[in-house]
Amino acid sequence: MALKKKDHLELYHQMVLIRRVEERSAELYQAGKIGGFLHLYIGQEAVSTGIVSVRQPQDRIITAYRDHGLALNVGIPAKAVIAELLGKETGVSKGRGGSMHMADVEKNYWGGHAIVGAHLPIAAGMALGDQYEGNDGVTICMFGDGATNIGFFHEGVNLSKVWNLPVLWLCENNQYGMGTAVDRASAVEQIHMKAEGYGIPHSRLEDGMDIMKVREAVGAALDHIRSGKGPYFLEIMTYRFEGHSMGDPQRYREKDEVTKWEESDPIGIYNRYLVKEKIATQADLDKIDQAVETEVTEAVEFAEASPDPGFDTLFDYMYASKE
Amino acid sequence: MAIITMRQAISDALWEEMERDPKVFILGEEVGVWGGTYAVTKGFLDHFGEKRVRDTPIAESAIVGAGIGAAMVGLRPVSEIMTINFAFVAMDYIVNEAPKMHTMFGGQMKVPLVIRTAGGGGRQLGATHSQTPDAIFAHFPGLKVVSPGTPEDAKGLLKAAIRDDDPVLFIEHAAMYQVRGEVPEGDYTTPIGVSKVQREGDAVTIVTYCKGLQLSMAAADQLSQEGIEVEIVDLRSLRPLDMGPALASFKKTNRAVIVEEGWPSYGVGAEVATRLYEAAFDYADAPVKRVAQKEVPLPYNAALEQFALPQVADVVAAVKEVL
Repeated sequence: MALKKKDHLELYHQMVLIRRVEERSAELYQAGKIGGFLHLYIGQEAVSTGIVSVRQPQDRIITAYRDHGLALNVGIPAKAVIAELLGKETGVSKGRGGSMHMADVEKNYWGGHAIVGAHLPIAAGMALGDQYEGNDGVTICMFGDGATNIGFFHEGVNLSKVWNLPVLWLCENNQYGMGTAVDRASAVEQIHMKAEGYGIPHSRLEDGMDIMKVREAVGAALDHIRSGKGPYFLEIMTYRFEGHSMGDPQRYREKDEVTKWEESDPIGIYNRYLVKEKIATQADLDKIDQAVETEVTEAVEFAEASPDPGFDTLFDYMYASKE
Repeated sequence: MAIITMRQAISDALWEEMERDPKVFILGEEVGVWGGTYAVTKGFLDHFGEKRVRDTPIAESAIVGAGIGAAMVGLRPVSEIMTINFAFVAMDYIVNEAPKMHTMFGGQMKVPLVIRTAGGGGRQLGATHSQTPDAIFAHFPGLKVVSPGTPEDAKGLLKAAIRDDDPVLFIEHAAMYQVRGEVPEGDYTTPIGVSKVQREGDAVTIVTYCKGLQLSMAAADQLSQEGIEVEIVDLRSLRPLDMGPALASFKKTNRAVIVEEGWPSYGVGAEVATRLYEAAFDYADAPVKRVAQKEVPLPYNAALEQFALPQVADVVAAVKEVL
């Protein structure tokens, strides 16, 4: 699927938007305006942006708690994302979910889920829904390397093969489960090899910092699944530039390692690619940077001015069935 | 009205709902080829086929997790957990995922899932296979917990549960499948969250549910021969909990005995007694009495097991104690 210039600029816009929203969120967190946990996606922007850019509207997406990037990729406005971080009624989950629970069902984005690995069997069930109804959608289930060591992972992946479900298991390997490196937590470092044990075709993309490579790998995996061959397991190597969450002192990794990865900043790589291939000029890209600055500033203003949910709404969403 | 067993009532409810709505399907261990470990789904596979009667691996997290996912995307699954003792293996899904989706995403996601399971002791299965942990599940807002005591209610409540837009844990008693009772002809539902007076009397109020109802009815027959007429209130649903009939009865008799099969500590009886005291303390002519299982993991030895479980004689004695 070839991209036109405007498509490229849109993807670049999304990646920069994720970066700026996250940076501003970190500031809001430091200022005490965001509570709870805040897991930033900085460094991994090429992954979610690449995935969303090749999925079809009928393809569902579900992910773990590091979910702000994906929320912006699927088109949830920055103001609704930031309002949710601030716990406001105008937030995408009406202030009930916070950082880890953003979703927009209308956009086929089924949310961030905060119990590690628990959303994998749920994703299998969603894929079963499409198989049951005869739809050709694929469920794309994103999770981190850390999630592959919990029982939920194995039950969900096994079931997907037993029932030949249209699901893409997409492991975003950022090399740490909280502060524990992959090789200290997983019996196999090549996470995608775990799919071998379930007879599921699998592969690893070594360079998840390059959005064009992410698009290619995910596109091929989706084609495989859509042709009726059942589940596929794709591992994408990436890196988070920040700690696991705010307040993580990052004692578990060396400065050199972080610096080395920052040289492969996905936004920088994409910027250089667009200019080198003469798809866009640096001026085009600078203009996007400026537009994003304005967009994020307005979003923060909107969120800060938004009302808290009223006490009279406390029980509004406890049950879907109203008496 | 036909007289049928509890097993038949539950089976009929499932069958009729599957006939009525093509989105209803069942999944669980041995529900298909075997016909259900308690023979509730015997004949279902032949009639409805593998798409709608799905045998699963022995993997409770997958059974409930996949049920949640399928429910989120519009199906109406009935996930069967062979016994409630195995529900602990799927605890995250039952208490932490299904009941929270609707709230946490600001009302975007519905989970119209029924989790059917069987609990209870008395069959010499040892401590891990003989439990009545109903109160644990009823602790969680967002989940509905139903446990019928008669075939009529079993059929009506299961149909209501399947048509309900929220997750419902439907607890049967493994030793009650042969219990017989009158069941109305035709399609009917029994509302979830509505208690019922199953026997009228003026001496003492017995508040109970599920197997406790059977014990209480037998005790009432014995007491009646001595001229003591008890009133029996069947809770039927533990959450939402309808205290209306129990309170009205307590205000009439001024005495109450609560009968449950689970352990008394932090249990259903503790909850009901507190609510009676909170709402009607001035009406009490005697302390509220609890009849429950002795606080020990159930032994295998038949005599010891029966000694630990509540018996009809215990109910009779408790009623006489508060008179």
